[in-house]
Amino acid sequence: MQQKSDLALLANPALRYSLPKSPTGIRGLDEITLGGLPQGRPTLVCGGPGSGKTLLGLTFLVNGVLDFDEPGVLMTFEENAGEVASDVASLGFDLPHLISTQKLAVDYVRIERSEIEETGEYDLEGLFVRLDYAIRSVGARRVVLDTIESLFAGLKDQAILRAELRRLFRWLKDKGVTTVITGERGEGQLTKQGLEEYVSDAVILLDHRVLDQVSTRRLRVVKYRGSYHGTNEYPFLIDEAGISVLPVSSMALAHDAPLDRISAGIAHLDGMLGGKGFYRGSTILVSGAAGTGKTSLAAHFLDASCRRGERCLCFLFEESPQQLLRNMRSIGVDLEPWMTSGLLQFHADRPSRYGLETHLATMHQVVADFKPTVAVLDPVTNLMTVGTFADVQAMLTRMIDHLKTENITALLTSLTPGRTEVERTETSISSLMDTWIVLANDDLGGHHRRGLYVLKSRGMAHSNELREFVLTDHGLAIAANGDAHATAAGVGHRAQEGPEHHAGL
Amino acid sequence: MQASENAVAPSLEAKAYCLRLYVAGKTPKSILAFTNLTRICEEHLLGRYEIEIIDLLENPQLAQGDQILALPTLVRRLPEPIKKIIGDLSNTERVLVGLDLRERR
Repeated sequence: MQQKSDLALLANPALRYSLPKSPTGIRGLDEITLGGLPQGRPTLVCGGPGSGKTLLGLTFLVNGVLDFDEPGVLMTFEENAGEVASDVASLGFDLPHLISTQKLAVDYVRIERSEIEETGEYDLEGLFVRLDYAIRSVGARRVVLDTIESLFAGLKDQAILRAELRRLFRWLKDKGVTTVITGERGEGQLTKQGLEEYVSDAVILLDHRVLDQVSTRRLRVVKYRGSYHGTNEYPFLIDEAGISVLPVSSMALAHDAPLDRISAGIAHLDGMLGGKGFYRGSTILVSGAAGTGKTSLAAHFLDASCRRGERCLCFLFEESPQQLLRNMRSIGVDLEPWMTSGLLQFHADRPSRYGLETHLATMHQVVADFKPTVAVLDPVTNLMTVGTFADVQAMLTRMIDHLKTENITALLTSLTPGRTEVERTETSISSLMDTWIVLANDDLGGHHRRGLYVLKSRGMAHSNELREFVLTDHGLAIAANGDAHATAAGVGHRAQEGPEHHAGL
Repeated sequence: MQASENAVAPSLEAKAYCLRLYVAGKTPKSILAFTNLTRICEEHLLGRYEIEIIDLLENPQLAQGDQILALPTLVRRLPEPIKKIIGDLSNTERVLVGLDLRERR
């Protein structure tokens, strides 16, 4: 897998400090680039209209001032200072303040072809003078040129222009300022005017696609001279907090592998899992057809975790929290007290509400805010409605990666359509799973029976038997060892007599 | 744009043409531009022009106000509207067109 080899290389510390870097302060981007943009060199950021080029540049400048004590210069060719300031005010960027405190200089370069007659030799020294003046006025270490290609519309002599741009980028390098040059995506090349020819140090490509009315932004580091970098396309977000590239965690590949175990919340299931339950920080898949009791099993796990005082986060992609609470109460699992006490938090979102990347980002944020030790995602298969197969798989990989890095034990439920026990969805994500529990229905023999088996569980001896279980009004009860027809031991009801609840699903 | 060559009589208001030449130091291009400019003015605007030279090496802060990028740049500040001619002004024809002293053809 391409991504894995990438990540493995990135995890190598020897590759990290090859080149001085100028951190962008943009979550995720600094990880992909192993520290930021090449310091004192120009970086080309290209993308179509609305792809976030200007915002990336501005964020680089503002973070430079606020977090890294590096004043900046914005030379804008498209919008004046006031327009730029109001564009980013909603992100909490106070450009007028930065300008008045001499941390930021903005120069709006406007060129109107109809006002200009060209006669004889000229150069763009005026542009150099302005830039130099702006840099010196604030002691800038960072410069953003947005979008310098506009000059091509303003000047007729393209040969002079190209020669001067080449000189400009050389000059910026000699100045030692870290520069972001934005460029509009062109046909068949990265930028309309082929700026990538002049800026050879680093090139970042932004992409904004709308597929099935769901918008997805992606970022790719096309080139980074002298430094290793992630070469994949990474989803990124623009929201009220600005830009973030996701996920941060997948670059590390250094998950802990704790040995301590936590209970699944059902004594017999713990028994099937080497007698001790799940590994902490592991990922568990519970799959089965509709009505097989997946959510019930998850509810037991949540209940048991809360009993131990663990913080539990439950993502719901199908039911509302109230529906789940009601349904689980009917099998004797009352989660409401945990919710009230704040140990358990629900986060319910319709999958179709936004694209996968936004789901991923939201989940990241909720996890960061709530700091759970246990998470449940119910059911992940519902995400299939908003993305392609590969997209969902990629998104889940990233989410699981993140949860593992945070040492969060995660239980995911997966709805198997029809009667087939193992479907494509499960197969595709099963490699990410440490433990896989399959639930199955069986209507043969005249009555509805439920079965459960542990298909795999890494790193532990586990039962491989199919066990029958029932949903009683005090919980999910698994039949005793070895006898699929046995009644649910330890529970006062016989399987045939006990009330059948189709809880959860 | 009514100012054609014929319409401007030498007896009109003095200093009607207020010109500003932006340069960056005494480079061959800036010297050539200045030479060309004074020659053209003497021939076509005798007694009706003034030239102000702005060296951006000395006054870099002045570049922003007139939106100077290319050098040399000649700015016709008066009469309005503002006109800009960039380059060493070696093509007299184009300079005259740029100054609205001759119709564009």
